[in-house]
Amino acid sequence: MSVARFWRETLRRYNLGASKCPDCETVFFPPRPVCPRCAVHRKSIAKMEPCQLSGHGKVYSYTIVHEAADGFEMQVPYVLAMVQMSEGPMLTGQIVDVEPSQVKEGLEVKASFRKLREEGEGGVIHYGYKFAPASQAPKAP
Amino acid sequence: MKAAGVGIVSYGTYVPRYRITPDEIGKVWGVDGKAMGKNLNIHSKSVPSPDEDTITISTEALRVAIARGKIDPRDIGALYVGSESHPYAVKPTATVVAQAIGATPSLTAADFEFACKAGTAAIQVCMGMVSSGMIKYGVAIGSDTSQGAPGDALEYSASAGGGAFIIGKGPVIARIDATSSYTTDTPDFWRREGQRYPSHGGRFTGEPAFFRHVTECAKRIMSEQGTKPSDYQYVVFHQPNGKFPQRAGKMLGFTDDQMRYGLVTPYIGNTYSGAALIGLANVLDHAKPGDHVLVVGYGSGAGSDAFDITVTDEIATYDRSTGTPVQESLESGTPLTYAVYAKFRGKIRLSGS
Repeated sequence: MSVARFWRETLRRYNLGASKCPDCETVFFPPRPVCPRCAVHRKSIAKMEPCQLSGHGKVYSYTIVHEAADGFEMQVPYVLAMVQMSEGPMLTGQIVDVEPSQVKEGLEVKASFRKLREEGEGGVIHYGYKFAPASQAPKAP
Repeated sequence: MKAAGVGIVSYGTYVPRYRITPDEIGKVWGVDGKAMGKNLNIHSKSVPSPDEDTITISTEALRVAIARGKIDPRDIGALYVGSESHPYAVKPTATVVAQAIGATPSLTAADFEFACKAGTAAIQVCMGMVSSGMIKYGVAIGSDTSQGAPGDALEYSASAGGGAFIIGKGPVIARIDATSSYTTDTPDFWRREGQRYPSHGGRFTGEPAFFRHVTECAKRIMSEQGTKPSDYQYVVFHQPNGKFPQRAGKMLGFTDDQMRYGLVTPYIGNTYSGAALIGLANVLDHAKPGDHVLVVGYGSGAGSDAFDITVTDEIATYDRSTGTPVQESLESGTPLTYAVYAKFRGKIRLSGS
């Protein structure tokens, strides 16, 4: 991914920037410039309100990845999940700080700011959201 | 240096979830790790995940501080991140953190570096900018994911974590009544440009470095403030291991009871720039109005920054429940084997690397 392309997405990747239809109050992530749900779409043009997701949600479905994508070799096996955010949008993200066997549908999670990937050893580092269990406190060794 | 009307408006910390014990490290290198841990007074140290670094730790800590203090990020006029493990040699940590909390673009931001005291130096700069009226709030972060070379004594202590403090005029949960510094050119610990692991002067890191700077700085601020050790409910020192701060405290006349909350390294290791700040956060997690706190940071190279702090009535209504309390970070954690730790910390040479 080019530096500029990722940079354009920092609002949503860093801050879960979304948009809300002022008419039907549906929240969209990534933010949309127009509400596709309202019968008269054009009425929402230039009226969509920018907002920020709280970062809280529940695991809707998930998979455990054993064959890593490039750059994720050190994290195998890792969990990739569809997370239903409390505001409504469904996001895809990695579930971190948890044993894969402990991830279940309905698990409450919260967004965590993490390193997403690096463009090689000398390249730019991309950051953004992942998800971690909302409450956990394993006992210290 | 006396300070007027400046203090801590809010604070937050972040400590990665994983832990490794000195025993586990010692097994790999043929060393009695349990004895090493006992000598250093370290039971375990924190380990960052492969997707955590100084930028992510700083951001998570600051997000807690903002949520607890109900701060509008647009009121932050300066943001400084002190660390010796900034992910980029050129490209600021502070800009990513500022963007991630929604404080951009109307603020000044920079990265600080002074071994383990870059975070306390950032607090001093924020105090000056707030006092002069240049900004409403200044953010000072101390955060690190430091490494010791495999098999080196540092490997038993070097860990990861960070603390974020929002400095302002009010309402403050803790007043910073004075700050004082003690700085000399003392080469006790360093890392040259391009080198992966730091070097140190062994025992030279003790008497002429840590102990001289910490004790002289503490004496200086107490002399300036007209105070003595018994005037403080709590004291926090920089803590490269669990033993040095205890000994410095004894040398100055502080008791174990005064150090009990400020000493966090025995459970999470040496978080470098984060160490004194996480210790202070744990004190504030437990403090009550009127408590008097002395903080003395230390950075190799070398220097100490001290702060005379008084907890205010605001602490009684301040939200200390948001985020993970420091005590919970000390008591929780997922243990790692040395093999997984080595993988997480990039100590394994991979094909093509």
